[in-house]
Amino acid sequence: MSSPIIAIQGLSLAYEREGVRNTILADLDLTIARGEFLVIVGESGVGKSTVLRVLIGLASPSAGTVRVEPRPGCRTPMALVFQDARLLPWRRVIANVAFGLEGSGLAKAQRLAKAREMLALVGLADLGHRWPHQLSGGQRQRVAIARALAVDPDVLLMDEPFSALDSFTREGLQDELQRIQAATGKTILFVTHDIDEAVTLADRVVVLAGAPGRVAAEVTVTVPRPRRRRDGALLEAARQLRAELSGRSAEL
Amino acid sequence: MPAFRATALSALGLAAFLVFWEAMPRLGLINPAFLPPPSTIPAAFLKEIALGVWGEAVWSSLSHYVVGLTVGAGAGIGLGLLSGMFFVFEAVTAWIVRLLRPIPGLAWVPFAIIWFGVQPSAAVFIIAIGVFWIVFFATQGAVRGVDRDLVEVAQAFGFRSPWARLTKILLPAATPGILVGLRTALGQAWMAVVAAEIFGVPGVGARMMQASSLLSTDIVVVYMLTMAGLYGLFDTGFVALQGWLLRWRA
Repeated sequence: MSSPIIAIQGLSLAYEREGVRNTILADLDLTIARGEFLVIVGESGVGKSTVLRVLIGLASPSAGTVRVEPRPGCRTPMALVFQDARLLPWRRVIANVAFGLEGSGLAKAQRLAKAREMLALVGLADLGHRWPHQLSGGQRQRVAIARALAVDPDVLLMDEPFSALDSFTREGLQDELQRIQAATGKTILFVTHDIDEAVTLADRVVVLAGAPGRVAAEVTVTVPRPRRRRDGALLEAARQLRAELSGRSAEL
Repeated sequence: MPAFRATALSALGLAAFLVFWEAMPRLGLINPAFLPPPSTIPAAFLKEIALGVWGEAVWSSLSHYVVGLTVGAGAGIGLGLLSGMFFVFEAVTAWIVRLLRPIPGLAWVPFAIIWFGVQPSAAVFIIAIGVFWIVFFATQGAVRGVDRDLVEVAQAFGFRSPWARLTKILLPAATPGILVGLRTALGQAWMAVVAAEIFGVPGVGARMMQASSLLSTDIVVVYMLTMAGLYGLFDTGFVALQGWLLRWRA
């Protein structure tokens, strides 16, 4: 394996509110290989999202180092897809997708061309002219993915992006995301609390557990893609993960 | 046909109001010198136009109105944005705001005369103060109410400077709230026009004071309706603009 694209070492995050010290993460180590699809699972409040927020710069760690090695000339090594799409309601879909490119020095025509390309990639080529409120929840999340991909990041960070969608839409987007990764070769760091989703998507699943959160277990999923849902090997990986998770909670 | 019915009822209500108004002085229940019947208004209106007084008064009031509104609303939006964005600015100005806020626009008239003389700029000053606070508080509140999640989106995509935060997120997100303040200011500014011209700066307000001192109540009514008409015009235009600016809303 080549050198990791992201290496997190000894990451801790704590804050103090009204005299009470809250430790979210303590001494977390995690490396992500180039092109890997890494999924972090864990219960709510275990600090999964915090890892992503530190990586994208929305939270600052109390201790530890994060080393990122993007490909040479990469302007934005990482881009984040939020749980709740967070499109800007006053921009049309196409302008939402072009949002991240506005500081890039590209001319407007180039930005829009890039945005159209990304919309086509997520299967929404015809909806560029719509306002966000005219989209379904699944479409909104596709636009959010297109917005993140438009800045051409090395790593796509995804914070429970499908958890608010109905299961039918969710499975469709899971397939879609795997197709997009195959097409773009992006490294993906994906956070979820859904074990089936984790094994369906991941090359490797990391279980975050405890308070403060730390890496409790790791499961590698070697099932080849495209994956068939309810595939025996996937079910076995899910069973293994559940065992790890319940073992953990039994210890706590 | 509920829309048609509503319009018909509104027209009926207005007609009944005019009949009642006409009847009161005609039946001798009110002295016609105190309340001119509406049927005398068109004649008074035509006379004012023929004298050239109406056009002149409306023109100069409109110029006070537009300039005063622009200055007051511009300052209100500018300072409101600063105050909504920066805690330090808000803290430094908090007590100043508390001190100046309750002073009614009319109370500034003596200073307006001393500083600007009986000049259009004095009227502009009074009008600007009249609308400033409305727009200031509307803007400040709108900026504070912007969803933090959207600000995070800008940060996540590397837009971290205050200017980028303002132009990419805060201003567009606060626009609905700012427009509500501006619409209130549009009406408030007409009240300020009358107040500002009472002390002699030529315009609709000054002409009204002149007429009332001569007991020409029909002329007073002409200008009251003139202002109602102008306000209606501006408000209709503004609502159309607002609808277009906020076309992204569901």
